[in-house]
Amino acid sequence: MEFPDNLFYTKDHEWVAVEGKVATIGVTDYAQTQLGDIVYVDLPSLGAEFKAEDTFGVVESVKSVSDCYAPVSGKVVEINEDLSENPAMLNEDCYGDGWLLKIEMKNAEEVKKLMKATEYTALVKEEGA
Amino acid sequence: MARRTPLYEEHVRLGGKMVEFGGWDMPVMYTGIIEEHNAVRKNAGLFDVSHMGEIEFTGPGALECINHLTVNDASTLADGQAQYSILLNEGGTVVDDIIVYRFGDERFMFVVNASNIDKDFNWIGSHKKGNVKIGDRSDDFALIAFQGPKAASILKTLTDATIDDIKTFHFAEGGFANRDTCIFARTGYTGEDGFEIFSSPKAAPAVWQAILEKGKPQGVMPAGLGARDTLRMEMKYSLYGHEITDKTNPLEAGLGWVVKLDKTCDFIGKEALLKAKKDGLTRKCVGFKMIDKGIPRGECDIYDGDKKVGFVTSGTMSPSLMQPIGIGYVPTALAAEGTKFFIDIRGSRRQAIVVKTPFYKR
Repeated sequence: MEFPDNLFYTKDHEWVAVEGKVATIGVTDYAQTQLGDIVYVDLPSLGAEFKAEDTFGVVESVKSVSDCYAPVSGKVVEINEDLSENPAMLNEDCYGDGWLLKIEMKNAEEVKKLMKATEYTALVKEEGA
Repeated sequence: MARRTPLYEEHVRLGGKMVEFGGWDMPVMYTGIIEEHNAVRKNAGLFDVSHMGEIEFTGPGALECINHLTVNDASTLADGQAQYSILLNEGGTVVDDIIVYRFGDERFMFVVNASNIDKDFNWIGSHKKGNVKIGDRSDDFALIAFQGPKAASILKTLTDATIDDIKTFHFAEGGFANRDTCIFARTGYTGEDGFEIFSSPKAAPAVWQAILEKGKPQGVMPAGLGARDTLRMEMKYSLYGHEITDKTNPLEAGLGWVVKLDKTCDFIGKEALLKAKKDGLTRKCVGFKMIDKGIPRGECDIYDGDKKVGFVTSGTMSPSLMQPIGIGYVPTALAAEGTKFFIDIRGSRRQAIVVKTPFYKR
């Protein structure tokens, strides 16, 4: 299982890539493995605003429905439209074409609260045990 | 702690993702629900259903007792024949859905849902009549379901039972791999041809391994509870606790075909069903697909305009159709094919339409 060093992570198994004020968000390799075949993704509309830890959408496998939580506060500036046609992309390329959405951050300081790859790896180990 | 079936070690070895189900530690999937589902539709899949219960009826009064307890007509059964049936309470609602197996004049067996074993056994004990002995044989049997179009041809090579001669809803005994005696029943709950194999708990791992080994080159896979659920949903087969409960009667559930109101003897719940029929059914269990986006799930509310009119009992993404499908109760006026209503999915109402079932046809 891979957790790239250049990303930040949350305890809810999402990853965050930061580029200036924009945070790209997706689910981790661990999350997609646990969920199994992803068959449906519900994402918010462009312009929707979220506070950190708000629910912004759901990812559904055949059997389960999982909420997605905003890792940082801000406004949705882009969503991955391709996922509505091809949700399995989340399983196939969770750090690439399987990204969920981009948020324009309100407070870039919030990124500091997120986990680094090493911390997240430890968390996954703990949960897996 | 959850109980383990005799095949627990097999599941762990095969990488099964174990979950608690009805007090049992069971595999929900091995490699993936969709892959396992498709293997059953295309080739065959192997399910551990040892958690299900077996209740034996012996004695000269067995048949009369069973016909008093169940809605179907057990008197039509020949030796070696099985029948889908239902236990009702006096109010005409469901205690459990079962399969009745006739071994002989004075020996029958029920296969019952895992979560209902104790409830059913107590219910039967307090409502039996005549000269009959009831025994809970659940710990004496392992049960493996081998389901799919290739099941018969593979099984044939592993037993001296004449598999081809076993008709649907019939069963026969035979030796497995020249060793253990098993019962091969041509029954199942997937909509595919297939068998349910009763063996001793001790013999079960060898039976399981032999079928997988023989079947693997032909695309046979172990399949978990997840695939079992999507397969039965595509057929709109009822599952206890969802479509049928102690708050639903079999007529509104669409199981009227199982209920033999005109059989020669009375049965528990008959009066209540006659009354429900005379008064007219107020609601029906229907299958629907989504017009708007979203996957319906059990317990979502159903709306007609702003009025809450029903509820979803089961829903999923159908792996065969790759479309969301749902089953639920709606007022009779909204039950006709083509009727539209709304499903409340996470607070937003999404339009759905009643369709013909089963959702999937071979």
